[in-house]
Amino acid sequence: MWQRIIALAIKEFQALLRDPKSRFVIAGSPLIQLLVFSFAATFDLSNIPIAIYNQDGGQAAQALVARFEGSGHFKNVANIRRESDIARVIDAQKALMVLTIGPRFEADLRTNQPATVQLIIDGRNSNTAAIALSYANTLIADFNTHWQTSHQLRAPPSVIKTRAWFNPNLESRWFIVPGIVAILMLVVVMVVTALSVAREREQGTFDQLLVTPLRPVEILIGKAIPGFAIGLLEGSIIIFLAVNAFAVPFEGHLLTLYIGMGLFLLSAIGIGLMISALATTLQQAVLGVFLFLVPAIILSGFATPIANMPPFVQDLTLINPMRYFMIILRGIFLEGSSFQSLQNQFWPLALIGLVTLATARWLFRHRMN
Amino acid sequence: MTSHLVENDTDAIAIQGLHKSFGKAPHATQAVNNVSLHVPMGTVIGLIGPDGAGKTTLMRLMAGLLTPDAGSVQVLGVNVQKDPLTVQASIGYMPQHFGLYEDLTVQENLTLYADLQGVPFAQRPDRYQQLLTMTGLGAFTDRLAGRLSGGMKQKLGLACTLVRPPRLLLLDEPTVGVDPVSRRELWAIVYQLVKEDGMTVLLSTAYLDEAEHCDQVILLHEGQILGQDTPAAFTQHLAGRVFGAKRAQGLRRHLQAELKQHPHILDAVIDGDWVRVLLTEQASPPALPDGVWQPLPPRFEDAFVLMLHGQRTAQTPPALAPITPPHSEPTAHARPSEVIAVHALTRRFGAFIAVNTVSFSVQRGEIFGLLGANGAGKSTTFRMLCGLLPASSGALSVAGVDLFTAAAKARARIGYMAQKYALYEVLSVMQNLKFFARAYGLKGEHLSRRLAWALAEFDLGHYRDTNSGLLPLGFKQRLAMACALMHEPDILFLDEPTSGVDPIERRAFWGRINRLADQGVTIMITTHFMDEAEYCDRLVIMSQGRILAAGTPAAIRAQAQTEAAPNPSMEDAFIALITEPTQPMGAIA
Repeated sequence: MWQRIIALAIKEFQALLRDPKSRFVIAGSPLIQLLVFSFAATFDLSNIPIAIYNQDGGQAAQALVARFEGSGHFKNVANIRRESDIARVIDAQKALMVLTIGPRFEADLRTNQPATVQLIIDGRNSNTAAIALSYANTLIADFNTHWQTSHQLRAPPSVIKTRAWFNPNLESRWFIVPGIVAILMLVVVMVVTALSVAREREQGTFDQLLVTPLRPVEILIGKAIPGFAIGLLEGSIIIFLAVNAFAVPFEGHLLTLYIGMGLFLLSAIGIGLMISALATTLQQAVLGVFLFLVPAIILSGFATPIANMPPFVQDLTLINPMRYFMIILRGIFLEGSSFQSLQNQFWPLALIGLVTLATARWLFRHRMN
Repeated sequence: MTSHLVENDTDAIAIQGLHKSFGKAPHATQAVNNVSLHVPMGTVIGLIGPDGAGKTTLMRLMAGLLTPDAGSVQVLGVNVQKDPLTVQASIGYMPQHFGLYEDLTVQENLTLYADLQGVPFAQRPDRYQQLLTMTGLGAFTDRLAGRLSGGMKQKLGLACTLVRPPRLLLLDEPTVGVDPVSRRELWAIVYQLVKEDGMTVLLSTAYLDEAEHCDQVILLHEGQILGQDTPAAFTQHLAGRVFGAKRAQGLRRHLQAELKQHPHILDAVIDGDWVRVLLTEQASPPALPDGVWQPLPPRFEDAFVLMLHGQRTAQTPPALAPITPPHSEPTAHARPSEVIAVHALTRRFGAFIAVNTVSFSVQRGEIFGLLGANGAGKSTTFRMLCGLLPASSGALSVAGVDLFTAAAKARARIGYMAQKYALYEVLSVMQNLKFFARAYGLKGEHLSRRLAWALAEFDLGHYRDTNSGLLPLGFKQRLAMACALMHEPDILFLDEPTSGVDPIERRAFWGRINRLADQGVTIMITTHFMDEAEYCDRLVIMSQGRILAAGTPAAIRAQAQTEAAPNPSMEDAFIALITEPTQPMGAIA
């Protein structure tokens, strides 16, 4: 039995590596994606275009404007003279934010009354807006503290001093790159496993395979081995690059990480083979992969926290292997999580792997009829 | 043979020095290589050659769908490269897989093509009527195109192509996979178009016997023109060189193999009760103890084979070394002689009955043929026998078991060669052989012995590191057969193994099959070439899921014997059987 499975696995590797196109899909595209995603996918904003409507023009107002301009986060793109211009710059997306300083700003400050400034922000991209707003709040809070101390006013009773653990500078790359490991591994494994049977069906070689003494379960194992090996290799390369090229800290143990990777690969292969068993043509398989990949990534906590999702969707993420692997990756990379602390991620992954592989095997047998 | 036609204004097509290649060097293939030809107006021209000869490429160049690398194409006096739209507006082109919309009815398909071709509304009713009468589809206007038979689909495709009457009609293999009755009907339509409407028709075909239906034949091989002439002119010089041999005792295929060895015999094939031989020039038939010779009229295939022989004198098929004996020869007599038994086998797909209560049995060492057009149910029957598809009802056993439910080990006794040669195209010849051998559990010294055997027997050594997808069609066929034989099966299943390969490869193929059968391998084969039925020991002819006739080739031919046609061919017999439906056959011995 093992001789036949090995023969099939060798053939699968040969088929993948001898074809220049699939060679590129396996080797070239994940590296390109890693580079593009790592540089492009960041939550950090810089040079946010801001327009300033300074009705005051006094020293204090100038100081506040200077704080915005000098922060590095904002870039003054327009000085507005009329109220009606506010809508114009926001609508045209010339500025993301308009800072309005009222005519009584400095007078209020000097008479120790609350001085208000207005921030109008383009909320079309709510994520960006929220981040820009928090930058602006920080700047204004700094301005307040500075004004208070330099004018011998009473300082606020308590001051928040923030320390971010695990990611002291809150660099979003540290958060995103471990997630990319999961995404790229998933994509490659899906492509290798889900499309292989469909391609054979289309070329007519699948029948040829079925008339050999290879049993369905042997075909399944033979098809799973290349997916597992390539997924593991690809994952290792990306992790190496994450640590060495992107300077993401690696605090945990490699062994723990590889246990997680192995379990994740099993569940991904199970899903890939299920798609394989159901699809009769390559096109159907591609569609199947697509239908799975998009929700799997969105509902994984890669970009948006699962805790923010409605309860029903949160329950749905429990069957998504990506969800657990995301936690494992970030835990091991940034926190140095131990095997024990990740137990509750490992067992659901193992369960999903078991169920999907068993289902794939069942579908395989029954689709043949 | 060169064209004796002179270029003039009455040429429908004039081609000069045409070249077209595909792919990048060094893997580039010359699909059309220095082709020059003239097609006179108002004739039926056959473009004849095996798959890969360049027929489709040449047609697409004529229709302005491809740009030539060099040379010029004039169609109806217009330069195709300069003005493809004018040409396309005045010709009709029916590609091999005509774009019928299967979810539309016959009438809706016609209307769609009339819309696409911009046929004026006023002309439509008359034109539809004319086309439907001509194609005999008048009664089926409301039927979905997807539910028509293969022959009816081709006729509907033709009707759609003709919806705006063209002056030149290009038909790319309109008769492939179509049953003989529909083939004859298609030819009748073609003649009618030429005679009554003065159309010029250029059609390509891989069936050599169709050459005789054409006014002129252009013979294409590996991108080059071997000749252009009337069919009679091709065979003229063969008069007195074609004979039939018959012996009272023994199998025809043994006589054929024997005669093939003779130095004065260029070609020997089974033709009805006779073994047809083509002699070298000036030779007379060799002495044949207890046999008789009879002169036969030469036919087009003889001429083609002769030309191909001239082309590849260097590379003759390998000598007749004995093909591997089946591994358990000594115990053969202990096994039951009935190897395949099928009783009331039925397969339904929804409401459609693909195979309807079919029964037959195959003895050990027999070559058993399953004949019929596309959609007759032969592939479905075949897949059930191989265990790829469960039966809806009925019983079947192959080597004593139903392969669909039997243990995987039982499958090791059969070899299977799929339609279209299912090979891993990006794997090399050697990798394909190794994979299939290992999948059947071959290893060590046994494996290397079989690999060496396959390379030698099928003459694949030269290609051992070539990707199987890049092989010429004939070698793909050889490799597929080698893969199916690596584990020395007792039973060999061959699904349309010869479709598209050239006549020489077909002969080499049948030589191997005959030797395997002599060694006790049981062979089950499907084909839509009626002449190949003659190689079978016994066969069944299927149509619409039922068995129309069963028995030896001679017995089936005898069923169609009439006073008017005392010596019907297998094709005549098929047509007679299908047009005069008798009671479908039940079980046969």
